[in-house]
Amino acid sequence: MQTEIIFAGFGGQGVLFAGQVVAYAAMDNGLEVTWIPSYGPEMRGGTANCTVIVSDEEIGSPQVRYPAAVVAMNLPSLDKYEPLVKEGGHLIVNSSMVDRPVTRKEIHSVMVPGNEIAEGLGDKKMTNMVLLGALLANVPLLPLEAVEKSLREHLPEKHHRLLPLNYQALREGARFLAEKV
Amino acid sequence: MTRELWKGNNAIAEAAVRAGCAAYFGYPITPQTELLEYMSARMPQLGRAFVQAESELAAINMVYGAACTGTRVMSSSSSPGVSLMMEGVSYIAGTEIPAVLVDVMRGGPGLGNIAPAQSDYNQIVHGGGHGDYNLIVLAPSSVQESVDLTVLAFDLAEKYRSICVVLLDGSIGQMMEPAEMPPFQPLRTEYPEWAVTGAKDRERRFLSSIYLDPPQEEAANLRMLRRWQEVQANEIRYKTYYMEDAKFAVIGFGSSGRVALTAVRAARAEGIPVGLLRPITLNPFPEKVVEDLAKQVEGILVVEMNSGQMLEDIRRIAKGAAPVEFFARLGGIVPLPDEVLDEIRRLAKGPLTLEGHPRDRWLARMGTLN
Repeated sequence: MQTEIIFAGFGGQGVLFAGQVVAYAAMDNGLEVTWIPSYGPEMRGGTANCTVIVSDEEIGSPQVRYPAAVVAMNLPSLDKYEPLVKEGGHLIVNSSMVDRPVTRKEIHSVMVPGNEIAEGLGDKKMTNMVLLGALLANVPLLPLEAVEKSLREHLPEKHHRLLPLNYQALREGARFLAEKV
Repeated sequence: MTRELWKGNNAIAEAAVRAGCAAYFGYPITPQTELLEYMSARMPQLGRAFVQAESELAAINMVYGAACTGTRVMSSSSSPGVSLMMEGVSYIAGTEIPAVLVDVMRGGPGLGNIAPAQSDYNQIVHGGGHGDYNLIVLAPSSVQESVDLTVLAFDLAEKYRSICVVLLDGSIGQMMEPAEMPPFQPLRTEYPEWAVTGAKDRERRFLSSIYLDPPQEEAANLRMLRRWQEVQANEIRYKTYYMEDAKFAVIGFGSSGRVALTAVRAARAEGIPVGLLRPITLNPFPEKVVEDLAKQVEGILVVEMNSGQMLEDIRRIAKGAAPVEFFARLGGIVPLPDEVLDEIRRLAKGPLTLEGHPRDRWLARMGTLN
C-alpha cells in the first residue's frame, strides 16, 4: 500500500517542512518513506513543492505523475495539480490564497482557510500545519497523535516552545473534512 | 535498528566519515554541494582534513597526493566538475592507489543544468581519462544504498588499489529517506606497504604513473588488468525484482531502476509477467546475469536517463538472444512510472524485432512526445 502526496505553494509557506513532518512520522512508525523537493532556480522563482511517498514496502519512483493527495497552498499550485490528483484522491486547498473552487467532482476536495486560521492562532507561519492537519484528517495515512509525537521528537529543543501552537494548528485543520464524492 | 531521515548528499558524507575518511578535498557544485558543505563542518570537528580547493583540478590532485600516504581520502563533484578531474583520475589510476570519488550527475553536456541525469555512464564506466584503466563503479538507487556503497567504496578501493566511484544522480543526492548509519570506524594507524609515509629508517618508496620504458609500462598495464580480473570475479553486485517467472525484463540502474520498479509493479498488477534487473556495480558489469536473463525472457526494456549508454552494453551482452527495446528521458528529466509502464505494455504486446536499433525506434517515438 503506497500513498503519494505533493505539497505545493510559494517559497516561504513551509511546504517543504510540512512534507518533512510527514516523512519523520512515517519513519517513526516503521514505514518506508521518500521526500523529494523541487530544487534549484525554480525554488527561488517563487513556487516550491515536494513529493512525499509513504509505503509499507521498498519504494520505487520517488515521484509520480498522479498523486493520491495534493496540498495546494496557493492558486498556481491548485491550477497545476488539480488535474493530476488520482481519481478518488484528495485535494486539500488553502482557500485563503485561491479565488476559485475545485472543479473536479470525482476527487475529494477540502477548502481550508489556512491563513485566517493561522492568523487567528496568532502566527501566520502555522498555515502549513493547519493544512497538514486537514490532510491527515482526510487521508488515512497516520494518526494526528503520531505526527505530533514525531514533531516533538525531531524538532530541535530550542523550538519546543512552538509545539503547543503547532498542535493547535494541526487540530484546527483536522476539523475540515471532505464531503462524500 | 535506528533509522534517521537523511538527505542523500549528507548521508554519503556522514557514511564516509564513519568509514574512516581522513581527508576530503572538493569544490562546490550543485546538485552535490551539500556533501561538501557537510564535510566542511564535520571533518574539522573530528580533527580531520577538509580543503575547499580552488578548482576541481586542484581537488583531485590533492586527493592524489593524500592517497599516496595510504590514508582514506575522497572527493565529490557533479558532472562538469568530474570532467575537470579526469586528468587526475587517470594519474591516480596509473599510480595504482586507492581513492573514492562521488559523482552526483546532472544534465549535460556542457554546463547543462542542475537536474538529475545519468549521462556520464560512458565517462565513468568506459573511461573518461586517458590510458588503459578501469574504475570500480557503484550505482546506488536510494539513500540507504548510498550509505552502504560509500562504505564499500573505501574497502574496494583499498583492496584493489583502485579508484572507486559512487555514481548517482541529483535526485538521490537531494531526496530524503530513512537510513541507518554504519558503525564508526577508527582512523587507520597502520599503512599499506606501498604508502609513502616518510622514509626515516627504511628504504625509500616511490609512487608515480610514469614508466618511460615501454616494457615497464606494459608490465604495469598487465598488472592492472590482472587485478581487474579479480574485481570482475569477486565484486559483481546487482538486485533483481520479480524475475523468477518473468517473460519480460526491465533493466535500469540508479534512479531509472527505482522508477522502473514502480512501473514493473503496476504492470504485474495488470497481469504482465515482467521483472526488473538493477545493476549495482556498473563496472564490473553483471554480464553473466544479463546473458542468462536474455535467454530467459522474450523481450528486454532498457530504461536510462541518457541516450542509451548502458543500452550498448546490454545489446553487446545479450547477443541477440532477446529483442531489446529502449526508453529514456534526457537533459535532466526523470522518467515517471506511467511512462515506463506504457513502454512495458508496448513490450508485452509486441511484435518485437531483432532488426534495427532500439535507440532509433525510441527516437522516433520521442518525436510525438515533445
